[in-house]
Amino acid sequence: MIDALDQIFVAAKHRLMEPVPSRWQPLVSALLSIVPLLMVFPGLFALTTLLERKGLGRIQNRHGPNRVGPWGVLQPVADGLKTLTKENVVPRGAAPFIHFLAPVVLVIVSFLVYAVLPLGRNMVAVDLDAGVLFFFAVGTAAELAVFMAGWASRNKYSLLGAMRAIAQMISYEIPLILSAVTVVMVTGSLSTVRIVEAQAEYTGWIPHWFVMQPWGLAGFILFLISATAESNRSPFDLPEGESEIIAGYYIEYSGFKFALFFLAEYLGLFAVSGMAITLFLGGWHAPAPWLEFIPSWACFFVKLLALIALFIWGRGTLPRFRQDQLMEFSWKFMIPMALVNLVSAALWQLMDCGPERWLVSFLLIATPYLLLGRSLFERNQFFKRTYRFAG
Amino acid sequence: MSLLGGGILKGMFETARNFFGSYVSAQRLTTVPYPEERIPAKANARQFPFLVYDGDDSQAGLRCVACQICEKECPPKCISIIKSRDKRQDYKGQSQFYPATFDIDISVCMSCQICAEVCPFEAIKMDVEYELSTPDRFGGLWLHKAQLARSSRYYRQIHPQAAADSDGFMAAESSKARARVGASAAPVGLAPQPRHAE
Repeated sequence: MIDALDQIFVAAKHRLMEPVPSRWQPLVSALLSIVPLLMVFPGLFALTTLLERKGLGRIQNRHGPNRVGPWGVLQPVADGLKTLTKENVVPRGAAPFIHFLAPVVLVIVSFLVYAVLPLGRNMVAVDLDAGVLFFFAVGTAAELAVFMAGWASRNKYSLLGAMRAIAQMISYEIPLILSAVTVVMVTGSLSTVRIVEAQAEYTGWIPHWFVMQPWGLAGFILFLISATAESNRSPFDLPEGESEIIAGYYIEYSGFKFALFFLAEYLGLFAVSGMAITLFLGGWHAPAPWLEFIPSWACFFVKLLALIALFIWGRGTLPRFRQDQLMEFSWKFMIPMALVNLVSAALWQLMDCGPERWLVSFLLIATPYLLLGRSLFERNQFFKRTYRFAG
Repeated sequence: MSLLGGGILKGMFETARNFFGSYVSAQRLTTVPYPEERIPAKANARQFPFLVYDGDDSQAGLRCVACQICEKECPPKCISIIKSRDKRQDYKGQSQFYPATFDIDISVCMSCQICAEVCPFEAIKMDVEYELSTPDRFGGLWLHKAQLARSSRYYRQIHPQAAADSDGFMAAESSKARARVGASAAPVGLAPQPRHAE
């Protein structure tokens, strides 16, 4: 019974495949893997927009949207109808084809990365041997789409937003990937399925998730921060920066193209959260052995919702970075910490089991954290500016 | 020494307190869902002026004597009055003009209450009604005296304290006038002294 519920989607796929002639089977199998992804994650996007607006409202001591349907639960429907019925405006100076292509590319890229995420036991669209590599390589193409949007709109705010986005995404890609590499080093595999399998066991009630180890915890936090920056969410929402450059690279988009940008942004967030779950939070494994009766896909989505809640919470708390602070934080703190974390993970892997490796791994992370943290707190020295030519 | 990230944790704690607090404490959630619930009007609330009348006839009972002080004093000049040709009795029994037309353009009115301050006859007061939106930009904003007239009972209801003061002032004025008539049969028609803002 429990197994049946766990494998319900896999079994359903097999049932649907049975009558299909064998030469059509690869195509139908691919379709049956893709279509649920195309339905579930946009649905989750709709749910998240509502939860986000409700949650931010409560954080700011107000009711969120509460007009459409009971407690405002139909708000995403109203938003969808609104964006669908709005006029699609293309600026006269824009490059029409690239302007049209940018949101399409962005959404395609955002969907592609879901191919390698294991959503449950035996539930992964493609089990690539280089799944993690695929995830980050394809995810990086989002930057291209963002710059296409910013460039093709022919608007200075768009271009500013796109330039900020490129600077930010490239700077934060490095700690993102470096923190993921630790897991690859420890498991010795780039396959997402292998990585989840490596976190399967329990000691007592404690799961063997990588986040439970010092390098894993540091890696998880670094990954989360870089993921926030990669998905352009507050406090790293400089590319959009509503109060500064209105909406950044998608200012010239209206109607459903705007909705596509919004969708892609949230899809990117879910994908990168899913990757964080896969790498550090044990994928679809239950958090305790006595909770294993919960279907694996339910575990995954509960973890995903928890991470989304964390992102919303962070958005409700933190103000936006300044551009120089953003760069400083990445290059002076995140990247050195990620490199140190890499060494820590390597030592963890090489040393024997025992308290020494916990101590070494922990100290190797804590010391640079304190030192780098102190250097970030140091104020720049102010001095009287002198001019060579002016009075 | 402050630890890097400590401020973030402190902030997250604060927002979490707000989040959960808004579910338990009504004091935190101060927003009133407007069309269903309303905040009771404040005693000193003011929106746009209205004309007070006594008795039941909204036109015959108007206190306004068309002295046009408010029209002259109005800073944005949104009041327009045309004096009547004939006269009628006011509450003191004196013979007075009355407004043939009394129009207020509430799209121009800035709710400053100066008209109510300068009126010597307690005839123009500030309303608390704020749901005045109209589907038309020009209609419904140029109000004539028929639309502006509100009974003195309504005034007592919306501004009880100010209405009591105003009633007291009017009672004193009319008893003074009656005493003057009874004592010396002096000619009527003296305008009452403008009352200064208290």
